Amino acid sequence: MISAGIVPLFVAIPLAGAFLIALFKKIKGIPDIFGVFASGSMFILSILFLLKMEITQRIVYNIGNWGGFNEVLGKIVGIQLVIDGLTIFMLLIVNFVAFIVAVYSVNYMTRYTQKWQFYCLFLLMLAGMNGVLITGDLFNLFVFVEIASLASYALVAFGTEKRELEASFKYAVMGGVASLLILMGVVFLYSYTGTLNMANMAEIMSGSEQPALIYLVFGLFLTGFGLKAAMVPFHAWLPDAHPSAPAPISAMLSGVLIKTLGVYAIARVFFTIFGFPHQISIILMTLGAMSMGVGALVALRQWDMKRLLAYSSISQIGYIMLGLGIGTPLGILGALFHLFNHSIFKSLLFLDSGAVEYAAGTRDLKEMGGLSRKLPVTSGSTLAGAMSLAGIPPFAGFWSKLIIIIAAVEANHMKLAAWAVLMSIVTIAYILKVTRFAFLGALKDRFVNIKEVPVLMRISLVLLALICIFGGLLLIPEARAAFLEPAVRVLISGMGGGV
Amino acid sequence: MNAYMPYVLCMILFSIGIYAILSKRNIIKIILGVVIAEYAVNLFLVLVAYKVGGRSAIFSETQVILPESMVDPLPHALVLTSIVIGLATTAFLIALAIRLYGKYGTFDITRMRELRG
Amino acid sequence: MSKEHDRGMSVIVKTVTRLTVGLILLYGIYIILHGHLTPGGGFAGGVIIALAFINLDLAFGGSAAAKIFSKRNTGLVEALGAVMFLTLALLGMKYGGFFDNFLHPDGNPGQLVSAGIIPLENIAISLKVGAGLFGIFLTLIVLQKFESEKK
Repeated sequence: MISAGIVPLFVAIPLAGAFLIALFKKIKGIPDIFGVFASGSMFILSILFLLKMEITQRIVYNIGNWGGFNEVLGKIVGIQLVIDGLTIFMLLIVNFVAFIVAVYSVNYMTRYTQKWQFYCLFLLMLAGMNGVLITGDLFNLFVFVEIASLASYALVAFGTEKRELEASFKYAVMGGVASLLILMGVVFLYSYTGTLNMANMAEIMSGSEQPALIYLVFGLFLTGFGLKAAMVPFHAWLPDAHPSAPAPISAMLSGVLIKTLGVYAIARVFFTIFGFPHQISIILMTLGAMSMGVGALVALRQWDMKRLLAYSSISQIGYIMLGLGIGTPLGILGALFHLFNHSIFKSLLFLDSGAVEYAAGTRDLKEMGGLSRKLPVTSGSTLAGAMSLAGIPPFAGFWSKLIIIIAAVEANHMKLAAWAVLMSIVTIAYILKVTRFAFLGALKDRFVNIKEVPVLMRISLVLLALICIFGGLLLIPEARAAFLEPAVRVLISGMGGGV
Repeated sequence: MNAYMPYVLCMILFSIGIYAILSKRNIIKIILGVVIAEYAVNLFLVLVAYKVGGRSAIFSETQVILPESMVDPLPHALVLTSIVIGLATTAFLIALAIRLYGKYGTFDITRMRELRG
Repeated sequence: MSKEHDRGMSVIVKTVTRLTVGLILLYGIYIILHGHLTPGGGFAGGVIIALAFINLDLAFGGSAAAKIFSKRNTGLVEALGAVMFLTLALLGMKYGGFFDNFLHPDGNPGQLVSAGIIPLENIAISLKVGAGLFGIFLTLIVLQKFESEKK
């Protein structure tokens, strides 16, 4: 058992870190220390929760001591924070990646001025994401989505060059529209159920005949969160925004932000509140298949390393959506495991692209070549990440893709399974392009004098690469029961009802 | 007049905002579109709490207001939050617009051609 | 004409601003302190206070208000307000929960000193909002100057 009293710290510590950095920005070293310390303590806290919580336990925390369920009103009063298996799973991923990124940025962000602003916004984004994960209140979820999004808009524009500003503008307008759609969905749900608590809402929704307007709400949430997740009809901002940000932020955005604000929120809303109706299953599978195809095929013709990786993110989000859309326990397990793998290897690859940029000063694949001789750690870790992304056994990415494909076959979606296999072959093609052009081949003259990246960057790269190699071990029964199964159970238990 | 009319008008206002975002080429007009759409949603949020003859949910010392005649105060709190968020978004967008104008010397979005494909 | 009149708007505007800006500031403070009794509160009051400063800047031109309240200080006050708000929320954890109202569990209707930590939180929010909004205004002005000088 673990005391529920420390749940709000998941939001409070990053927020406090961000504000203290703004207060003590003049003192040298403070931003680094606070940034690393805040994200590190978050990671330790989430490990603590993982170890101490029982499998089926659901911790509920009432903010402001409002007392939770009110007998007179017959509904839950006040904001509740809820921690269950899925939350822990996501918290662990988000805070681990954030910690690695914070360590990496200590060296990397010396290229930019105003480092304190970076850490301040970074911690605000982390607070927003943790808030999205732990909240049990729909409007509160919207507020945290906005905190994380606003911080990320500013971080995308961090370089304040033409590209960055333009990408950030595009991202901010599309993200703003997405938020409005989400808010409108929340309003519709509130006016129908009279409560904002998600568990309470689910009870009311399952107990009554639903009006036809519910399909409008589905559409609003799908479009809103789909925009945040960059699923295919709504993906236009991602290939601009993710490459424009500084590399650690690209890693955060591609690695965890689109999953927290997009995939997690979709899973929460559609599984927990609406009970995963049949129509949503079909829509998610269709969008997933489309994202897979478009992302992978467009990635093939990219020459900018980060842009290629950004398109690959769209494609991999498609796999996760496909797994969720299949809706069988195996499919959800595959989706969540792929979510874990993707956040690890995509952060690794983006950090690698940052390391290449840091050392060689370019990210155009045509200009690189033979860097493996000069950057052994970077190229080794890129290879690990690339193999995991391509789905080569025994790297972690292979197992999750395999599970999703098996689940598709079991659920009799043969065409989707074939499509997923085909797209994973395309994935191999475009990721081989990165390793081939960047790291193999003859070393160009201009790169003769480059050095390997500083030690803190190397440490974070190696840590992520090790997880890419040994991540498949999470599927052995003991690890699976502790880490993946509780999360799957939460989603399964939310299913059932439906329109 | 139809009781649903205010909601429909909200939706029309929202559509006007979305139309401005999608069709205008001037950055400032796009930002105005975002603001219009945002106000439409806020208006909608307040309308959800509307009750014929309702009073604001504040007790008064001079007159008796029954709890039954009070409007639901929760959407009012929510709309304040959403206005604050909207303020932050708008301020950020305007700052971006100024910077973009400094870089390109124009507000025309079709002439900003750094990113493609 | 003294040198003061070279910048900003006309004498009429300046005189009126001089007379009203104190009242606006006072009204903002009233809104903040009565936030738990009447409509208003930290956010609305903070906006009004920021408007008082913006008013000064508009009427007297350029950096009139920035001399009183520089851009660097707005950042500091804003962070201070946020830290204060968070500290109050975290102090509640000692007494029963995040954001627990630990000073006065039962407020008295109509009393100024009641409602526990809510007035204190209103003050914190007003610091954050007032300084933040004025900071945004100053930033936009600085950006505009910066861009027009470059041409």
